[in-house]
Amino acid sequence: MHSIFALEPPPPARYTLKAYQPSREAIMAKTLYDKLIDSHLVRRLSDDGRQVLLYIDRTVLNEYTSPQAFTGLRQAGRTVWRPQAALGTVDHVNPTAAQRSARMPDAGAARQASYFAENCRDFGIELFDVLHPLQGIEHVVMPEIGLVLPGMVIAAGDSHTTTYGALGALGFGIGTSDIEHYLATQTLVYRRLKTMRVSVSGRLGAGVRSKDIIMALVGKIGAAGATGYALEFQGEAIAALSVEARMTICNMAVECGARGALIAPDDKVVDYLRGRPRAPQGALWDAAVAAWRQLASDADAVFDAEVQLDAATIAPMLTWGTSPDQAVHIDAVLPDPGDESDPVRRQGMQRALDYMGLRAGQRADSIAIQRAFIGSCTNARIEDLRDAAQVLRGRKVADGVLAMVVPGSSQVRRQAEQEGLDQVFIAAGFEWRQSGCSMCLAMNDDILASGERCASSTNRNFEGRQGAGGRTHLMSPAMVAAAAIAGHLADARRYLEEN
Amino acid sequence: MAAFTTVEGIAAPLPAANIDTDVIMPKQFLKGIDRSGLDRGLLHDLRFDEEGRSRSDFILNQPAWQGASFLVVGDNFGCGSSREHAVWGLMQYGVRALIGTSYAGIFFDNCARNGLLAITLPAAEVAALQACVARPDSNRLRIDLARQTIEAAGLAIHFDIDPLRKQALLLGLDAVGQTLALRDDILAFQQRHFEANPWLR
Repeated sequence: MHSIFALEPPPPARYTLKAYQPSREAIMAKTLYDKLIDSHLVRRLSDDGRQVLLYIDRTVLNEYTSPQAFTGLRQAGRTVWRPQAALGTVDHVNPTAAQRSARMPDAGAARQASYFAENCRDFGIELFDVLHPLQGIEHVVMPEIGLVLPGMVIAAGDSHTTTYGALGALGFGIGTSDIEHYLATQTLVYRRLKTMRVSVSGRLGAGVRSKDIIMALVGKIGAAGATGYALEFQGEAIAALSVEARMTICNMAVECGARGALIAPDDKVVDYLRGRPRAPQGALWDAAVAAWRQLASDADAVFDAEVQLDAATIAPMLTWGTSPDQAVHIDAVLPDPGDESDPVRRQGMQRALDYMGLRAGQRADSIAIQRAFIGSCTNARIEDLRDAAQVLRGRKVADGVLAMVVPGSSQVRRQAEQEGLDQVFIAAGFEWRQSGCSMCLAMNDDILASGERCASSTNRNFEGRQGAGGRTHLMSPAMVAAAAIAGHLADARRYLEEN
Repeated sequence: MAAFTTVEGIAAPLPAANIDTDVIMPKQFLKGIDRSGLDRGLLHDLRFDEEGRSRSDFILNQPAWQGASFLVVGDNFGCGSSREHAVWGLMQYGVRALIGTSYAGIFFDNCARNGLLAITLPAAEVAALQACVARPDSNRLRIDLARQTIEAAGLAIHFDIDPLRKQALLLGLDAVGQTLALRDDILAFQQRHFEANPWLR
């Protein structure tokens, strides 16, 4: 058999002396990203050190991107390298009706769920199936049970694995072939990314959320603005955020192309993890915390790119188009494609307006909605539900709006019920549902009809994402709640001030 | 994985930016446990209307571009979801290579793992190729991976590719098998890693 590693060209004969150029690893000051890669480097695969065999600490599996990976293992007669470093959770295809049931919405989903259970059983992987008390969206479950720890490298078959950067772990999404590679070898063939520092200075205004920071960033640098980069978020506004709020930022970093988004772990992260069931305990906990304290970019580390945002200038955001970078403030009007000089971009803007049934110059807060959705790995944690409930308390969903809350995990749902949040949502006219990915990508039976317009706390407004012909406006959970009450897109700050 | 050496065929322009994997492979085609049947789902809502009829104005439905082997795509092709179904669908449809200015990271890796050649070129060269293949009389390309060239009517373009990626594509290598040959390295690393971070054991 050929070896890709043996096929590298031999080093050239050294007839000339070249100026010494220190390798990246030899330079003293390092970014947090480079520290994490270096600490997981099994070996280099290319002479320049950019391509490496990277050790992966952990993964989480779902029922829809994993089946072909397991089939590949079965066909090759391979085993899983470290089954205890994987967790399965059913999240993408399950129904979210209030009465929990193992019944799937269609035959395809049922087959995926049963094959997933069979694979987890046969390969010795723990599974949170749909009736399990800890079931939930993978990126909500993993942090909440303490399986994501600072300094880890975690790869999983879902693009929003970037979420884990909020805890100082490098998380990134992979395809099914790489899931199979991970399961068989505990490693990935990985190309080192460039680094981009996003400095967010100042303080967020009242009623402005971490969702608005990441939407402002995606709008500023574009849907491919961070392609080829790992981001690191720094600055006063980031330090002020809770760990859950940071998860929203790292989660959506993939919407500007980043394949990794880090925030150096601080006391808030340590406090978040303390006592979580799968986090280390006792002496191991103390040793781990001491190591986590070292995890930060060196003060004089050089990033390949720098971006600055001023939190004080950010207002509640929403998307008007079909790409996450087509975003404006709630008090703005929709942009005019005629003002865009680049023809491809101009056509893209016009196509987006046409698909969305909107026109240039229209006020954002004039857009009427028929659906409101609070859910997803971006914004369905307990703090998100508290925030939306704060807007909804004592108010009613507007006539003609179908509104639903899908908690990020079964545990989030239970906690919300203990706090009485479910009663706030139900009294306002929201459906209080079970956990899953649900209408973020509409693989189950929660789906928009063609032409329906939805205020959504999710991460992608692509054409057809929430249902063929469906129209998605991304925003924070508080903004979704405000839109549900008003019947049109609306500024949540008004409702938050009054409540 | 399918090997790629030299392929000649029709190329279709798809210049819109940010064509995401939800558009390339919509959700209703993600319910399988194998890779089959995804050619029908490829770019489904662009190729078919609500009643399932072929949209005659879409480029891949026009006679001159039917059976295209190559797509000359816009910026940030394949953004969004990690679903490898997008790449499987492209290959099942018969697409062997993509030519564009940039691809989303996960999608780009998924292409490499399946033998779909994703070529990156400067914007001016992509624009020239799009203009060239938008004409029925000049929509055939020949891509030679070993020589790293794209030949079209009146155009000869050199492209760069990562050497490891090139070798894997040329030979159609099994990546898992390659890495398992490094089993001892992985075991040794893992032991050091757990000694340094015992809470990860």
